[in-house]
Amino acid sequence: MEYLRAFLVGGLICVIAQIIIDKTSLTPARVLVCFVTAGVILTAIGIYEPIVKFGGAGATVPLPGFGYALAKGAIKGVEEMGAMGAFVGGVRAAAGGITAAVVFGYLAAVLFNPRMKR
Amino acid sequence: MDVKQQKLNKEYQIYVQRKMPKSNLLRDCILAFLVGGLICTIGQAVNNFGKSYFNLNTEEASAFTAIVMIFIGALLTGLGVYDDIGKYGGAGSVVPITGFANSIVSPAMEFKKEGYVFGVGSKLFSIAGPVLVYGITASVLVGLIYFFVK
Repeated sequence: MEYLRAFLVGGLICVIAQIIIDKTSLTPARVLVCFVTAGVILTAIGIYEPIVKFGGAGATVPLPGFGYALAKGAIKGVEEMGAMGAFVGGVRAAAGGITAAVVFGYLAAVLFNPRMKR
Repeated sequence: MDVKQQKLNKEYQIYVQRKMPKSNLLRDCILAFLVGGLICTIGQAVNNFGKSYFNLNTEEASAFTAIVMIFIGALLTGLGVYDDIGKYGGAGSVVPITGFANSIVSPAMEFKKEGYVFGVGSKLFSIAGPVLVYGITASVLVGLIYFFVK
């Protein structure tokens, strides 16, 4: 059941992005930026948390889930250390993902070469 | 513009419209749903693995999942497999965090000949940069608003 819910929620988030890409002139890169920001805002107003509770990885693996981690971390940071927490909490919560993206991204780009177009 | 030229332009417009790839919204959406859903299901499996084998709590398991999925995305992009997934999956391959890894590795690999600093180093962030700028800025704003209304 848990896997089915992850499949449904994750799939639906991707369908929303697909409709935006097909129906507007937004490039995939702009959609990524919009989705992360949307994830932050939806978390702040309390809409994304129930989606995560229901969908699990279906809600945290797509990019809005990255925004969710940032926003949730910033709020937790403020609770722990006041205003400074707004600057510390977000990136701290997303640190694993950001560092993995930099390190694995760098290694993959150095080790592999672009494949010839077939 | 004479009449002949106008006629030519019109014919060209029709020609272009016929040659443009038709995007079939329903087909695109079904593929995005299947590919995106599948990637998230794999993410759920990684998450559960982290929880049961490494005794991670919910937050740690999410971070673990992000790290593993980014690793998979970066590796598949390097091997050239992710491009094939992207051809069918559309947004289903872009929106999951594996697509974020793809958007980092692809341009960095492409621009390697421009050197390891301004080629690889800076192109890593050609899409990840804007994502981090807007994501982090928005999260700081949310934190500050929360601080003042709390």
